Amino acid sequence: MSRVMGLTGDEAIAYAVKQSNVDVVAAYPITPQTIIVEAFSEYVHNGEVNTEFVCVESEHSAMSACIGSSLTGARVFTASSSQGLALMHEMLYIASGLRCPIVMGVANRALSAPINIHGDHSDMMGSRDCGWIQIYGENAQEAYDWTLQAFRIAEDSNVLLPVTVNIDGFILSHSLEGVEVLEDGDAARFLSTRKPVLTIDPSKPITVGALCLTDYYFEMKCQQAEALKETPKAIDQVSREYESLTGRRYSFIETYGLEDAQAAILCLGSTAGTAKAVAKNLRSRGKKVGVIKPWLYRPFPAKEIVKAAENLEALAVLDRACSFGALYGALGNDVVSALYQEGKKLNVFNVVYGLGGRDIAPFDIEAIFKEALEVAETGLVKEPLKFVGVRE
Amino acid sequence: MVTLKELTTEELFTSGHRLCAGCGAGTVARMTLKALRGPTIAVNATGCLEVSSTIYPFTSWKIPWVHVAFENAAAVASGIESAYKALAKRNAWDKHVDIIAFAGDGGTFDIGIQALSGALERGHDFLYICYDNEAYMNTGIQRSGATPHGAATTTSPAGTKIPGKPEFKKDLIGICAAHGIEFAATASPAYWNDYITKVRRGLEVEGPAVIHVYSPCPLGMRHDSEKSIELARLAVQTRYWPVYEVEKGKYKLNIKVPKPKPVVDYLKPQGRFRHLFTPQFQHELDVIQHWVDENWKRITALCGEA
Repeated sequence: MSRVMGLTGDEAIAYAVKQSNVDVVAAYPITPQTIIVEAFSEYVHNGEVNTEFVCVESEHSAMSACIGSSLTGARVFTASSSQGLALMHEMLYIASGLRCPIVMGVANRALSAPINIHGDHSDMMGSRDCGWIQIYGENAQEAYDWTLQAFRIAEDSNVLLPVTVNIDGFILSHSLEGVEVLEDGDAARFLSTRKPVLTIDPSKPITVGALCLTDYYFEMKCQQAEALKETPKAIDQVSREYESLTGRRYSFIETYGLEDAQAAILCLGSTAGTAKAVAKNLRSRGKKVGVIKPWLYRPFPAKEIVKAAENLEALAVLDRACSFGALYGALGNDVVSALYQEGKKLNVFNVVYGLGGRDIAPFDIEAIFKEALEVAETGLVKEPLKFVGVRE
Repeated sequence: MVTLKELTTEELFTSGHRLCAGCGAGTVARMTLKALRGPTIAVNATGCLEVSSTIYPFTSWKIPWVHVAFENAAAVASGIESAYKALAKRNAWDKHVDIIAFAGDGGTFDIGIQALSGALERGHDFLYICYDNEAYMNTGIQRSGATPHGAATTTSPAGTKIPGKPEFKKDLIGICAAHGIEFAATASPAYWNDYITKVRRGLEVEGPAVIHVYSPCPLGMRHDSEKSIELARLAVQTRYWPVYEVEKGKYKLNIKVPKPKPVVDYLKPQGRFRHLFTPQFQHELDVIQHWVDENWKRITALCGEA
């Protein structure tokens, strides 16, 4: 059984957290994530949840408290954005290094300076190497679905790693959509309570966070890298179970129109929705274009992306963040590396767009598709990295 | 006051750690764990105590011990305490667990003050112990907000123009007590029964408690390692380190010092003050004595002893 509720992206995440029997939420307000903690505070103050809500004094303390709670065996959630995520950067690495299952909703927002509250991916991309599983949702439905699945994934005994569920700031965080939600009982059956593997139990004392020098540190980091690399198995298993409950099938990537596409756009989050709509329109006019949308950004689904791109003649990779001084944006770098590693020769160009919430309109996307088709025809990439939507 | 007979003979902080000979932090940790009353978890900020007691794959701790980072011991303790509350609500845990956060002066006075203030304001049930060796000793003796006026450190050296640290020490207990917490106190390891009694009191109160304990450091204060406890006693007997408590806002002087020794008796055995015993800078000794006298007046007035 399911029903439809009108929820913003932030509210959809808060509602999923409500249905997840979360033990501890430690969070700090920041735009555009704030609605998540506000909505959750209402659940707490109206007695709708049993959660311990810790209104910390900073994002750094939010993640620190989450780590403490997770080590104690609790199910833990927090949310952040932008400067807040940057402030907890130090703790992100410790959360994954200590193998703490934690779920964090991130309403992606630009980083200062200059200060800007609107959506881009600079915040999460700035912490992309933090060892977390990183998921991007396209709409409020995906934000809800992935949040529920994220707890199962993080707490899986073969994973034990933190997970971020990313949604575009304002574009998703503040947009009201119809969201199909589970009945509480179904959600509770899907999630149950956390079954921790190892905790700081006084009856079985352990030391957590010891000093590891040249003799052990490297091995531990390699084990962590291996653990993250192995997570797709658990993600796949959880997604299949979620599909049987909801009928909604999630995977590492979603594709559109790739059965015959010559050229495609690869992008994260809400932009994929616009790209699919534009592709549909172009396809009705006989243009062979498609879309690749990674749901999973870390670990990077390289094989799935290369396979999806196998019949393409050109690919435009869209980055909503700038990797200053690099050849491409973060996503661009990943895609080009994946193609190279698999020995696939494909003409790729990278587009940086939408910084600070600059709108990416259908006509921008259409122009990118047209350029990709031109590259497919000519086999020539004129500009490997370009900025789209910026005033000259 | 506790008596020796009442203390557990069990050593929950074991020997074999790699703290320096004469380090106050090891003594403080050992004495703290003598005061436990039941299941307890230790949270340790980055610092000497942390790096020297848990060099993987070894540990000196026979209770659960967690180190996360430098500035967040109080926030991590908040998370652990909240988790136990949540687990109890869903009947997944039924015992009370005491939580003790250990941090040095750098992790408390400076980089950790925000996390500490937040945790005190929120009222988490935990005991925070600041072992104060008056500088960043772990990174090689840099000045902190707890370093006293005149002390030479590697970032406040005894120069030809500026003789050590120009600024004075923060009033940590004043800051903590201003949060309206039930129990805050200073202590010195030279007065073990006073310290252990305070640890037990700090565990007993519901809500946050803070103990600020003097911690001699032979390497950083530059004194003989066999004189650590003697120095910890001199700090009290010269009135440099008043030992008092603040319970429910009420100040109480725990160790009276009716006939104080001059502060130079405390300064002299320490290499960090050696430059003050020269004709050029000896006037600084009077400045320090004046600070000690004024601070004592202020504290004893608060304690109703003036």
